[in-house]
Amino acid sequence: MYAPQILIEAALNGLMTGAVYALIALGLTLVYGVLHIINFAHGALLTCAMFAVWGASAWLRLDPYAAMLAVVPLMFGAGYALQRCVIGPASGGSDNNILLVTLGLSIVLENGLLAIFRSDTRTLDSDAALQVVEVGPLLLSTPRLIGFATALAVTGLLWLLLERTDTGRAIRAVAREKLGARLVGIDVDHVYAVTFGLGCACLAVAACLLMPTFYVNPRSGAAFVLVAFTIVVLGGMGSIAGALVGGLVVGVVESFSGLFLGDSLGQIGIFLIFILVLLVRPTGLFGVRG
Amino acid sequence: MTRRDALPLVAALALLAVLPFCGLPGSALNFLVTTLIIALAGLGWNVLGGFGGQYSFGHAAFFGTGAYATAVLQLRFGWNAWGGLAAGIGLGTLVGLAIGYLSFRAGLRGSYFALVTLAFAEVFRILANAADLTGGAAGLLLRLEPGLATLQFSDRRLFYLLVLAFVGAALLASRWIERSRFGAHLIAVRENEEAARALGVDALRVKLGAIALSAGITAAAGCLYVQHFLYLDAGVAYGTWISVEALLAPIVGGIGTALGPLVGALALQGLGEATKLLAGGVPGIDLVAFGACLIAVIAFAPQGVVGLVRRLRGRRPAEA
Amino acid sequence: MTPFDAKPGRRSVLRGGLAAASLVAMPAVLRAQAPVVKLGIIQPVTGALANDGDLGRLGAELAIQDLNAAGGLKALGGARLEMVFADSRSNPETAAQETERLNGEGVAAIVGGFASGLCATATQAAARYDLPYMIDVGVADQLTQRGLRNTFRFAPSFGMVTGAALDRLVALNEAAGKPARTVVIVHEDGLFGSGLAKLLQAELPKRGFEILETIAHPTPARDMANVVLRIRSLQPDLVIPSHYYGEFVLMARTLQQQRVRPKGIYAILGGAASSLRFVKEFPQAAEGVMDCNHWPDPRNPKSAELRRRTEAAGRSFAYNVPMNYSAVWLMAEAIEKAGGADRLKIIEALSTGSFGSGVMPYGQSRFDKGQNTSAMPLNTQVQGGDVKVIAPAEYAEAKPNFPLKA
Repeated sequence: MYAPQILIEAALNGLMTGAVYALIALGLTLVYGVLHIINFAHGALLTCAMFAVWGASAWLRLDPYAAMLAVVPLMFGAGYALQRCVIGPASGGSDNNILLVTLGLSIVLENGLLAIFRSDTRTLDSDAALQVVEVGPLLLSTPRLIGFATALAVTGLLWLLLERTDTGRAIRAVAREKLGARLVGIDVDHVYAVTFGLGCACLAVAACLLMPTFYVNPRSGAAFVLVAFTIVVLGGMGSIAGALVGGLVVGVVESFSGLFLGDSLGQIGIFLIFILVLLVRPTGLFGVRG
Repeated sequence: MTRRDALPLVAALALLAVLPFCGLPGSALNFLVTTLIIALAGLGWNVLGGFGGQYSFGHAAFFGTGAYATAVLQLRFGWNAWGGLAAGIGLGTLVGLAIGYLSFRAGLRGSYFALVTLAFAEVFRILANAADLTGGAAGLLLRLEPGLATLQFSDRRLFYLLVLAFVGAALLASRWIERSRFGAHLIAVRENEEAARALGVDALRVKLGAIALSAGITAAAGCLYVQHFLYLDAGVAYGTWISVEALLAPIVGGIGTALGPLVGALALQGLGEATKLLAGGVPGIDLVAFGACLIAVIAFAPQGVVGLVRRLRGRRPAEA
Repeated sequence: MTPFDAKPGRRSVLRGGLAAASLVAMPAVLRAQAPVVKLGIIQPVTGALANDGDLGRLGAELAIQDLNAAGGLKALGGARLEMVFADSRSNPETAAQETERLNGEGVAAIVGGFASGLCATATQAAARYDLPYMIDVGVADQLTQRGLRNTFRFAPSFGMVTGAALDRLVALNEAAGKPARTVVIVHEDGLFGSGLAKLLQAELPKRGFEILETIAHPTPARDMANVVLRIRSLQPDLVIPSHYYGEFVLMARTLQQQRVRPKGIYAILGGAASSLRFVKEFPQAAEGVMDCNHWPDPRNPKSAELRRRTEAAGRSFAYNVPMNYSAVWLMAEAIEKAGGADRLKIIEALSTGSFGSGVMPYGQSRFDKGQNTSAMPLNTQVQGGDVKVIAPAEYAEAKPNFPLKA
């Protein structure tokens, strides 16, 4: 058995990691909730965002957090354009085909990055990665604390955007009833693209929070895809609050099962919980539809 | 009508059967074997996903179980390969029934069903990677010893014909679904489960039947895979690659059509080989081309290749 | 590289054109005097293992360049080596399919493979055609135990690496007055890491060490905080990691951040511990890290030259380059000994002869049932921002710094 201090630290680590997972899942759940598609290109888009942060740091000497100001709009624009010019037209609105198009897109993006940046693993050489905040006997990693706070803030902002703005209302209208939304004059294609852009913007924030402590290579985003899927389902597809809670839960579960089972078998903990939740409550923790 | 419908199916099988005897080089033969194995996995997926409308992202669970059963029974328990093959198909079917029972009874469908199957496959992968029985992370290597009992042939055309026979059987099964009462029920459940139930269809039983058949066919693909490559590890057996290949082939070929998975597998693998020609000094360019082609194919053939052919044929006045 | 190797100017193209024209005009007998021997190089340059594959290809390319510049295969009248490259895309099916293609293109032999799974299917596909296959690094012992007579491995097998790593660890500890007793093992859950952990669990207690914990983690790992947390609570004297680059970077940085300073970090086939990129980017985290790994002979001036050329190509140096560079030279020697591209004769030559080992510290390489019995890893340590060989003594460039001061 571990000392209480270790358990507390593991729980805090789990929460901090989980918040960033939540952010990645947020993009996925948003796109799912509105477009009703499972976006296979999510991991590759995260990798793109991570490379953008790396590029901003290596070439423009931007701090990864400052880079957020550039990378977030960039990824929003890229996401908007992708949905508007590639995914939408190529899939013709059929769910199967969207699946295939996003799959094709992930192959193109991942290998495009490989062709451009080659396969090297890159890291940011910022000192910020090693800073800690001492709380009693605990050493809490500063970049992860920043990540935790930012992820919560962004989730809040996104919620406000959806609840309180016209764009948000349009997105919700399209999510609920596409045909009806079109009838009342909402430009559905535009809303789709905005939603996809927002999903990518979430990834951009996540990339900025990850890069100080993580690394990037053409496949590094893939590490987060499966876990993001589980969070989305756990929280209920399309639910913002669900993604946040799901992310935190998965983070803590992963942390503890890693502590007791080892990180390798510990991965089973996540999937078993995922399966159990679905079998008992098939709509996820916060899901509404049957 | 039905006889004319069966024509392309028989023609395709006959063509594939004579192909290796036309002096194909080894690489082409190997390509065809791999493609047919993937087509078989896709045919399995199509039973549940195409006819039944239950999209699985975790057919690796069945593929891997079939493959591991075949390999482990031979290596650890001294079974001959045919016994391993039969047991692999049987075990794969059982795993299908178990996963189906749990998730259909819980009422999972759509994306939820898709992701729960993915989670099952991942659990299997992690376990297989850790267990001693499955060789752990080192995987399993079967010895290369051609013979009837080991199901390895020094003339690979025989193995090819065996794989083709499985593909033919799976095609027949698909065709049977298209015409049988079971198939009608399955399609009714796909189109509207509530309505089907109201008409007295036992939806759970129909779906369980579909997942059992589907898992059995995909498990057979796994068994043949390990007999062909004689190597297996957790990533190969239960990795997402085969789940994706199994759903990609039918969707590209034409979902819910008997020939779709075969056509799709040939098209996709062929495209993969063709883009290799572009591979040069910069790694990745060929795969970028592959992905771009995939997107283009979907844009121009939204109903899959089979759908495209039907549409083109439909347009020709002479055909009508 | 010769200065003439620059981009072809108009004049050299013209000259080349003339040469080609005269070649066409030459009678067939004369043309046959400068024959070409095709050599298949297979590496995973896309997919999960792209980085290793890319470096392996670079090593093979440099070797073929040098061989041809030095007059080709002299025993065959200066025949030129021509590389036929195949990308196994990091999956075993493609590895087999590409081997079939290489066979179709008429290569005399194949060098490469990298991962054990990729080597398993590729060697077997090649075995059907008695096509000689030289595995560069694929470590699984079983690869050369399947009775495939075409299959050879240049690098030390898993058993050889771990045996050497263990012996040298004990020697290192004893020479320093046994400062280390307790150990935590951190490994990736793949073939090498898991096998290593099992072996260490059996062997270390016999040699006076106590294993406090064995921690397995998946690749790619998203986070090493938990692993480091456990190391911190256990306070081991020694951490033995075995994983890939990304995970090692994560772990080393988190160790530094959490102020965990064991007396030594002794990696076995560590992904980053002897990577110059890691040393350059994280000098503080890297300092003092030891590694038992494939590494070129530091006394051979060509080793340093290869490193320079790798960096000139914009890549960071790792063992894949010298390993494949040397394996290609060895295969060329075998082809010369066989007197041509006859596959059975090459297999015969490889099975019976002894060969130079390029820049690898193997002395004369000899193959017993396919395994190079002279192959062995070297022990390195990061000292003063560079990777130095510390064992065995005959290759050592520096004294080990162990135990590290807390």
